[in-house]
Amino acid sequence: MKSLLAILALSTALTAPGLAMARPVTLTTTLTNYGGDGAYLAFYVTDPSGTYVGSLWMAGGKSKYYEHLSDWYRATGGDPAQINGITGASVGAGRSLEITLDLADALFDAGYTLHVDAAVEDMRDSPNEVAVPLTTAGAGTAVPGRRYIATLSYDM
Amino acid sequence: MIRAFHRWPGLLALGLVTLLALSGAALSVFPALERIAAPQSETGLSVATLAARVQAAYLGVEQIRRAPSGQITAYWFDAGTPGAAVIDPATGQGVASADPNQTERWLTNLHRSLFLDDTGRIAMAAGAAAMLLLSISGVALVARRVGGWRNWFVRLRGPIAGRIHVEIARIAVLGLVLSASAALWMTASTFDLLPDIAASPAFPSEVSGETGRALSGIAVLKATPVMELRALNFPARDDATDVFTLKTRRGMGFVDQGTGVTLAWAELSGWAQVSEVIYTLHTGQGAAVLGLILGLSALGVPVMGASGALVWWAGRRSRPRIRGNRAAGAAQTILLVGSEGCSTWGFAATLHAALAKAGQAVHVAPMSSFAPKQYSRAERFIILAATYGDGAAPASAKGFLDRLAALDHPPAAPIAVLGFGDSGFPAYCAYAQAVSDAAQAKGWRELMPFDTVDRQSPQSFARWGRNLGLVMGLPLELAHHVMHPKATTLTLMSRRDYGAEVQAPTAILRFALPRLSLWQRLTGAGFARFQAGDLLAVMPEGSPVSRLYSLASSCRDGFVEIVVRKQAGGLCSGQLMALAKGDTMNAFLRPNPGFHPDRGRAPLILIGAGTGVGPLAGIIRGNARKCPIHLFFGMRHPDSDFLYGREMPVWKAEGRITRLVTAVSRGPKASYVQDVLRSDAVEVTRLIGNGARVMVCGGRDMAAGVADALTDILAPTGLTPALLKAEGRYVEDTY
Repeated sequence: MKSLLAILALSTALTAPGLAMARPVTLTTTLTNYGGDGAYLAFYVTDPSGTYVGSLWMAGGKSKYYEHLSDWYRATGGDPAQINGITGASVGAGRSLEITLDLADALFDAGYTLHVDAAVEDMRDSPNEVAVPLTTAGAGTAVPGRRYIATLSYDM
Repeated sequence: MIRAFHRWPGLLALGLVTLLALSGAALSVFPALERIAAPQSETGLSVATLAARVQAAYLGVEQIRRAPSGQITAYWFDAGTPGAAVIDPATGQGVASADPNQTERWLTNLHRSLFLDDTGRIAMAAGAAAMLLLSISGVALVARRVGGWRNWFVRLRGPIAGRIHVEIARIAVLGLVLSASAALWMTASTFDLLPDIAASPAFPSEVSGETGRALSGIAVLKATPVMELRALNFPARDDATDVFTLKTRRGMGFVDQGTGVTLAWAELSGWAQVSEVIYTLHTGQGAAVLGLILGLSALGVPVMGASGALVWWAGRRSRPRIRGNRAAGAAQTILLVGSEGCSTWGFAATLHAALAKAGQAVHVAPMSSFAPKQYSRAERFIILAATYGDGAAPASAKGFLDRLAALDHPPAAPIAVLGFGDSGFPAYCAYAQAVSDAAQAKGWRELMPFDTVDRQSPQSFARWGRNLGLVMGLPLELAHHVMHPKATTLTLMSRRDYGAEVQAPTAILRFALPRLSLWQRLTGAGFARFQAGDLLAVMPEGSPVSRLYSLASSCRDGFVEIVVRKQAGGLCSGQLMALAKGDTMNAFLRPNPGFHPDRGRAPLILIGAGTGVGPLAGIIRGNARKCPIHLFFGMRHPDSDFLYGREMPVWKAEGRITRLVTAVSRGPKASYVQDVLRSDAVEVTRLIGNGARVMVCGGRDMAAGVADALTDILAPTGLTPALLKAEGRYVEDTY
């Protein structure tokens, strides 16, 4: 289990009282059989105004390829500190990725959006592969991605 | 030392390097296929025009990429569905699927990571490092073997496995060094060990906020030719803060979608440019021909791996175990060995065993471990030394001469030097000779005069051993077994006798070709493949040592023929001369590739005396292509020992021999073969000037006489037998 608390605390978007209450959230991502190598996936959150708040997970270990996750890269400048300690392996076609994080309650039902950028070697870059609002009502609902992600859902 | 750096990485990484090479060779085809298949853009086409064409065809275009091969791919999104295609730049329309080729993808993953991700990448990088190490050590070994860089492409001789290994290596090594170093660079880049991060300017904080400028109105896109394009990303459709992202061969930057102004630009760093070049070199992406060349080089790797392993295995099998080796301080006889492969060690083991049997305490060691202070009880030194390449020290003798030169005074015990070599090479026993000369110059007392053993001849070695026994006062019988294949029984078909009247009983013995197994037929083993000039090793009854006779026939003739002269007291020649039709003899084949005629059309000058005419007659009989052959043949008397005298006119009529010149040593106008050569100097000079190759077969004295005569004859032309030898145009087979 990875804690997002420390990372989100760096951001000014969230206030300290909000941080006190957090709950474990499981993100389940299943990829389509797109017929390519392992996909790099960047999970991150933006606030109601669309401004980047923080990263939740980076699937893919080689920073030289991060520029292909172009929206995430544009928002962070590729700053490795944004994903320090929350980086894992890239995800193969047809495979699933399940991550459980402690997310602040304040992120839910407050206009925050979960984004996923995706990229695959020698295939298209897919910034904004998924953009799904974080709501308690939306928990457990599977959302399809644009190119590589078959379904994405978050459960509380 | 270098050999160890070549052998062990080679054996350890054999599988990995072979896998790398084969997958790499297979991959090298794809860039060429892509180059052929990709619709190329017209010269001078600008990115703006191309982008406008693609946008007209696919309204939701998000990105256009250009591969180094020139292939252009577009990615779009229409009605919520992602699309991609290879684009014809002339129309902007898709012409082929943009999906990655699954075979290529599979091979790429095998090639770079064995499907094991980072662990596999590191393993494959280790394979590339092994390849680089093998190439560098191999280059050093080849340079040493051929006697320097100038001789890089010199004709090779020796066993087939070693020859194939070097033949391929000296062509493929450049490609392999390039591929392996580039592979290491790319791995380092993948693991972020190099500062070659692609240039990326900061995303502009301020944009105009306008949208919808026509592509044709953007200056930088109009100014950038498609040839330089890497990728163009379109701004997200509903995001006014987004920009065009342009990547070219030179760098990358952002362009305002409303004004067309370049908002930020970063040039590629030097490191990144180097990485780009190396990527091209390694993958052949954008350099298809180079890729194919590298792929071909890689194909040599499995062959080199197999032949190299064979060379190693053959050497290992022939390396003897020395049992009961005494410590340096306790030995009476110090036996030092300078060997490149292992054959000289074999002789050392035989000598060691014989001396030990005679009650001697013997210490055997490589010459490189020469340490005079340790030999406190030494009574004599014996040095067995081979020669490497152009007179260089063999591997196990490195540093011996330096250490000898550094001595204040020579060891008290006397020294005997025996050289091993192949008289077909110009620097015959040159290293052993140098050792002998250096010892003499140092004032080291001589136990026995310097002697040599040609082509591992067991006879010469036994003769030298008997002399050593005389000096030491003990009977010494050196029965050296060169590792040889199982002997085959040969049955005499016919014989023709000569020379009884001139006190030189000689016979042409023709044996039936033995029955071959299917395996021998397929592999060319045993008597399945041989030609005139190869050697027949005959095993006489009552001796474990074989005697070598030059073959006067090839396998195509359908019989095995040798010419034998009865030697006084000769065990083997006595038995052979006593054979009657139907009798048998045991023998095996020893290839002698140094004494084969070339395949070219250049004339041949064959020089032989006595039984030495045997292989030369075999070459003439096999000259179906009617290459001009001039034979100089020395005999005692034409009525008695004119070997093949009956066939010569027939061969002449058939065009197999151009001219026969004979020298007769008995009678009123006695002359030797070197004399007739001298009187034919003009013609001999003309032939050699035309590229003729000289092959000499016979006794050592005759060969020396011929070399002297040719030295004189060729003096006006500036050529010498030694120069011709270095070019492989002067070969000797002497006994």
